[in-house]
Amino acid sequence: MDHPGFIRGAIRRLLIGPPIYYIWIGALLLLIFFGIRAYIGQLQAGLVVTGMTSYVSWGLYIGNFTFLVGVAAAAVLLIIPAYLYDFGPIKDIVIVGEALAVSALLMCLMFVTADLGRPDRVWHLIPGVGILNLPVSLLGWDIVVLNGYLFLNLFIPGYILVKAYYDKPVNYHFLLPFILLSIPWAVSIHTVTAFIYNGLVARPFWNASILAPRFLASAFCSGPALIILLFQIVRYYSRFEVKDAALFKIAEMIVVAMAINLFLLGAEFFKEIYSNTHHLSPLEYLYVGLHGKDRLVPWIWTALAFNITAFIIFLIPYTRKNFITLNIGCVLIIIGIWIEKGMGLIIPGFIPSPLGQVWEYAPSSTEIFVSLGIWGIGLLILTVLLKIIIPIELGELTVAGAEHGATAHRSHA
Amino acid sequence: MDSTPKTKPVVAGCADRESSSALPDRRTFLQGAAAVLGMLAVSSCSWEEFSQQHFTRMTKAELDRTTERLRAEYREKWGKEFTIGTEGPIDHTMFGYGLDIQRCIGCRRCVYACVNENNQSRDPQIQYIRVLRFPNGTMNLEQSELYYAPEEVPQEGYYYMPVQCQHCVNAPCTKVCPVRATWTEPDGIVVVDYNWCIGCRYCMAACPYQGRWFNFAQPVIPADQITTDTHYLGNRPRMRNVVEKCTFCIQRVRKGRYPACVEICPVGARKFGNLLDPDSEISRLIKTKRVFRLKEELNTQPKFYYFFAT
Repeated sequence: MDHPGFIRGAIRRLLIGPPIYYIWIGALLLLIFFGIRAYIGQLQAGLVVTGMTSYVSWGLYIGNFTFLVGVAAAAVLLIIPAYLYDFGPIKDIVIVGEALAVSALLMCLMFVTADLGRPDRVWHLIPGVGILNLPVSLLGWDIVVLNGYLFLNLFIPGYILVKAYYDKPVNYHFLLPFILLSIPWAVSIHTVTAFIYNGLVARPFWNASILAPRFLASAFCSGPALIILLFQIVRYYSRFEVKDAALFKIAEMIVVAMAINLFLLGAEFFKEIYSNTHHLSPLEYLYVGLHGKDRLVPWIWTALAFNITAFIIFLIPYTRKNFITLNIGCVLIIIGIWIEKGMGLIIPGFIPSPLGQVWEYAPSSTEIFVSLGIWGIGLLILTVLLKIIIPIELGELTVAGAEHGATAHRSHA
Repeated sequence: MDSTPKTKPVVAGCADRESSSALPDRRTFLQGAAAVLGMLAVSSCSWEEFSQQHFTRMTKAELDRTTERLRAEYREKWGKEFTIGTEGPIDHTMFGYGLDIQRCIGCRRCVYACVNENNQSRDPQIQYIRVLRFPNGTMNLEQSELYYAPEEVPQEGYYYMPVQCQHCVNAPCTKVCPVRATWTEPDGIVVVDYNWCIGCRYCMAACPYQGRWFNFAQPVIPADQITTDTHYLGNRPRMRNVVEKCTFCIQRVRKGRYPACVEICPVGARKFGNLLDPDSEISRLIKTKRVFRLKEELNTQPKFYYFFAT
């Protein structure tokens, strides 16, 4: 093993980049700095510095967590065709998708930790020394599946990359069971996350069986949209080849997912509006406001407009295959789903409260800074992973190159 | 913009130790980093507290050591001697509660008796009992009013319904807890181990009765208002960022006393007793009066019965 050589090579890779790379890293470090500062304030004062109350006891942190689980789950979209059906163009690039999944998962874990009142007691979750309340606690299950998924997404690309680094062939017979396992596992992380909310009889907005399918459908919109953008950045700044055909294929999958997502939304609307029971109230709060409280209304209509616009853009082959409209569509989907599966899902669950009060929520500046800081850390992790993965994939960072004390190629801007 | 009550910040680390020294106006990053490290190394504050086990896992000796440590902490903070009971459930006992909705006048004496007895934070305020005021002719929760403030109660045209933890047989809150920090005792009381709760607030999302409260800030209780006769799973002082709730006054009822809310009620609307004893007041009123339970359709099976005495 040649760890020092690898570390030297990797560090050299991380230090070299075009000017915009330094601006990017600097901006992320700034976000992280303010995020950590805000989190320290939260640790010192307690969660009183957030906008959360006994009425709305989850907020921006759990909203971001939910959105990011979806992003992480979407890596499966790349794994299925890449490994099983040997769909050429995607196969080369699936590792990038897994790097995104790893970053998203780490952000998920950071968001739930930020939400915890007593992060000093996380050891209570470790079976044995602590108690992991299985099988009844869905949060317990979520911890299991998220960590399992994190392991798979580190192990599979890690194995391939180590082989590539040492210039050895990959033993696919060894790897195949892990790859097959990761497919249902990806579905499971978002399903279990949906079940966290879904199982609560106290919250009719979540206690509908449509929730898990909708989670999956929306995840398969936002995750791939992020991946399309990411691949364009990667291929612009490196010799990494991503064929247009692969990106358009991913965009086609998004159309299907968004169609299902919008259909399920319509089904939800019909059931609640036609039957017109008390369960309509959270939906009313979200879309038109309740008892004069309507803080989320502009947000959710923005989300709906963005999602429908993006759906139309992706549906028409001409706009789907034009990179300007494709990218606009991707941005619209990411924002649209972030609203819909973030605050648009969490907050109405608490409004009205189980005893009928309408108590609104808005994130405090602490929550906003901490959230931006976590996004900063996540994007920094993603950047670092890609800076190391891509040269290995391209054969620029290998054990042979490291032995010569120099990297083989210089990435071009 | 937000409605969160603001309180004076307290220094991180060990939960119960409140520092009165003001924080520096400008915190440098290094000081902040030191605070994080300090938080991670909770040991510097109290290794015993950090490493403390779940209530049901502690041996008698460990429990004694823990309560002794807590008593010292409370003594330091309030300058008083506390008793921290660890009495277990009484055999053949299943506690149940009855509330005469016809008699309740909405005076909220129960709310404040509970706050006093159970050492709930005065700032920010926590109150286990919510009294809902309904206009006559409906039991639609969305039409209920929590913050009614007339000169005099009861008011013409309204009736009142106090709601607190319903101590459900099929409790949605206990099963969601990822670390089993909350559970149902053999005598039917749903309790929380405040030193085991990780503060995820999943139980609060799960409760259909809003029976659970979170200490968003370090609880503040003036020394002259503190109740020193406590139970480990009941009214002992809590720390910030953990969940708490009504325990049927576990510190009282396991010694054969009534809960504070039952004692204070000026119209005798509140009843309490052993559901397993067919001759107890609660058993007899369930058998002979018209009773209902809140949100029966959710199958939570509360041990809290509303009834009409006449």
